[in-house]
Amino acid sequence: MSLFLFWVFAAMMLAFGAGVVLLRNPVSSAMCLVMSFLGLASLFFTLDAYFIGIIQILVYAGAVMVLFLFIIMLLDLKAERARKFNIPAMAGGIAVLAGFVGILYKVLASNAEYLHAKPAFTVPFTSDVKAVGAALFTQFNLPFQIIGVLLLVATIGVVVLSKKELK
Amino acid sequence: MDISSFLFQPSVFLIWTSLVKTLFILFGAILPLVSLAVFAERKVSAFIQDRVGPNRVGAPTSLVGFKKDYSLWGLGQMVADPIKLLLKENFIPKSVNKFYYYIAPKLTMIPPLLVLAVIPFGSSFLGVPMVIANVDIGILFVFAVSSLGVYGIVLAGWASNSKYPFLGGIRSSSQMISYELALGLSVVPIFLICGTLNLSQIVDWQVKNGWLIAPFAVGGGSLSLVQRVLLWIPMVISFVIFLVSMFAETNRTPFDLPEAEQELIGGYHTEYSSMGFALFFLGEYAAMIAGSGVIVTLFFGGWSLPFIPDGSSHWLFGLTNIPDWLPGVVWGFVNINVFFAKVSLFIFFFIWVRWTVPRFRYDQLMKLGWIYFFEIALANIFLAALVLVYIK
Amino acid sequence: MAFVVQRPKLNLAEKLYLPAVLGGLLLTIRHFFKGAAGRNVTMQYPEVKWDDHLPEWYRGAPTLVADEWGRERCVSCQLCEFICPPRAITITPEEIPNSDPWAKVEKRPKEFEIDMIRCIYCGLCEEVCPEQAIYLRKDYSITGYTRAEMKHDKAKLYELGGVKAGVVNKWNEKK
Ligand code: SF4
Ligand code: SF4
Repeated sequence: MSLFLFWVFAAMMLAFGAGVVLLRNPVSSAMCLVMSFLGLASLFFTLDAYFIGIIQILVYAGAVMVLFLFIIMLLDLKAERARKFNIPAMAGGIAVLAGFVGILYKVLASNAEYLHAKPAFTVPFTSDVKAVGAALFTQFNLPFQIIGVLLLVATIGVVVLSKKELK
Repeated sequence: MDISSFLFQPSVFLIWTSLVKTLFILFGAILPLVSLAVFAERKVSAFIQDRVGPNRVGAPTSLVGFKKDYSLWGLGQMVADPIKLLLKENFIPKSVNKFYYYIAPKLTMIPPLLVLAVIPFGSSFLGVPMVIANVDIGILFVFAVSSLGVYGIVLAGWASNSKYPFLGGIRSSSQMISYELALGLSVVPIFLICGTLNLSQIVDWQVKNGWLIAPFAVGGGSLSLVQRVLLWIPMVISFVIFLVSMFAETNRTPFDLPEAEQELIGGYHTEYSSMGFALFFLGEYAAMIAGSGVIVTLFFGGWSLPFIPDGSSHWLFGLTNIPDWLPGVVWGFVNINVFFAKVSLFIFFFIWVRWTVPRFRYDQLMKLGWIYFFEIALANIFLAALVLVYIK
Repeated sequence: MAFVVQRPKLNLAEKLYLPAVLGGLLLTIRHFFKGAAGRNVTMQYPEVKWDDHLPEWYRGAPTLVADEWGRERCVSCQLCEFICPPRAITITPEEIPNSDPWAKVEKRPKEFEIDMIRCIYCGLCEEVCPEQAIYLRKDYSITGYTRAEMKHDKAKLYELGGVKAGVVNKWNEKK
């Protein structure tokens, strides 16, 4: 069951991800990105990582993409007309893609361990919210604090910029 | 394997009970509540303005041979309104973006219905917990899903390809961004106090310790009176912020700027008619019901009422010669009704406020959200944490 | 001259909004209970009517009137037809035959039609009529299922208007 769901949501994610790039209407692209985020969140759900999944929706689909859409609408972008084939650009794109796939293959093939799914991650907590909290505040406390300071700096910067009259 | 033992296999049991609960919530609760809310909106507004409101449409008993029609205080309006909307021509303006124009109303209607999936609307009924999905991230799910509701509005505004809906959509997205934050932060103290995000467990906490809006349970709980008063202060602040943000989130007056009839005709649904409009309507009222459900669950003890036992009780007024399951059924039923009674009271409150408070100006709204509520909610978290440190 | 509006200084309670909002809520809930108790001012229209209180000068549907001797007062001068803003009136004049006792009046309407879908109840026809033949009466509930039904013909207009006695009489035996 969960394998089946994995394929469904993975396909959904990839299809909408392709839609982001291929569609010519900026609003459609943005909506595809939202759908792709939802697919990603569902993947987290199938892994029992409810907290991460829901945060994915809350932050990316619920807030960031709304701002994106807001800006797209304000800029009043018209749908781009489909361009003619641009052979060098196509070739370049394919080369980059092939390179990426090649590296991926190399990495995955380098160690037999990567060919099998990792055993399920077991946490000493019943709720994954608690597990995330515990991991953040014990194992990864320093990076967490650093990110906190970074965000604080950014927030203060925004407040200062919006308060001060620029001369 | 016979049918009953198949039905009681754990996974199968889960599936069909969830289905039954979903159907009950949709057709037994939401649809009647929505039409009742629309009717109440018209009636309450009329009373507040010293009018009578709809009072004609009732039971057309003379059609089936009775002498007289009964108007039933206009209750027939509950049926007449949707019928009117359904029978109207579904007019689609020429230059709209067809695809988004079609899906936008559906997108506004789905999130509030999804929110209801995690709200415990009763204690338990024959041992089945009365919540469709008892997930640990309960309230985060509520916020995440309801924040998706804005897409319907924004897309409707954009796809309509006309300026008033567009302004409505723009307003809606910026309004939502500024309120989501205060909404989310204002409930953090609750999690600090209850130690969980799970809505069912939050209700359980309130059953033991008293409703969070006034945590003075009679008898139960391990806190002293002073500690309760200390807890009460951040809770009241939380409640006020959450309530006001909820009004903004559900686009109700005084924060109904996306639809502001006087400025924007109808805002995002200006270009919609018939079923599309009905879906927006349904979505708005369903959001109101879901919002009321969340408030009731977080602050007003959900399905609990002091001195009323829950569905696992074996006590029924001291009667002894009754079947064992009877008290559970009775109290489970009472609990469900208590929940919906509280929700209805809140819907009344929503309506009452709408016909009292004039609409805020746009800059006032942004200022309120970003400058006051955000900061106060943030400070409130620290306050609650301090109180908890003192208590523990 | 520039005029500066002095904003009143708000104290803390006013700035918080909440007391004002609560006050408003109290006010509306009082009205709510008043309304719910049935003490509202609405009149249930078809059952209860205001007809007895209509003032003398009420402008209802335009009608034609006859005088005390049964003569139709309209002389088909068509002034009303010309002044009617929405052109609701259509008159077909005819000569009064010599055999008629009122032959000296010379003209009368053969057909007189007021389209009540067009009429805006302005009263200009009454104002302009030199013969005091057309009056706006107190009928206000003019309804019909078809457009044809909404066209008042001469018979209908006289039926609504009836006899109006005591107005200036231009045409008697002596004149
Ligand atoms: S009342 Fe006014 S609109 Fe009506 S028929 Fe007379 S002139 Fe015309
Ligand atoms: S009603 Fe009066 S104004 Fe109209 S045609 Fe007759 S006499 Fe003339």
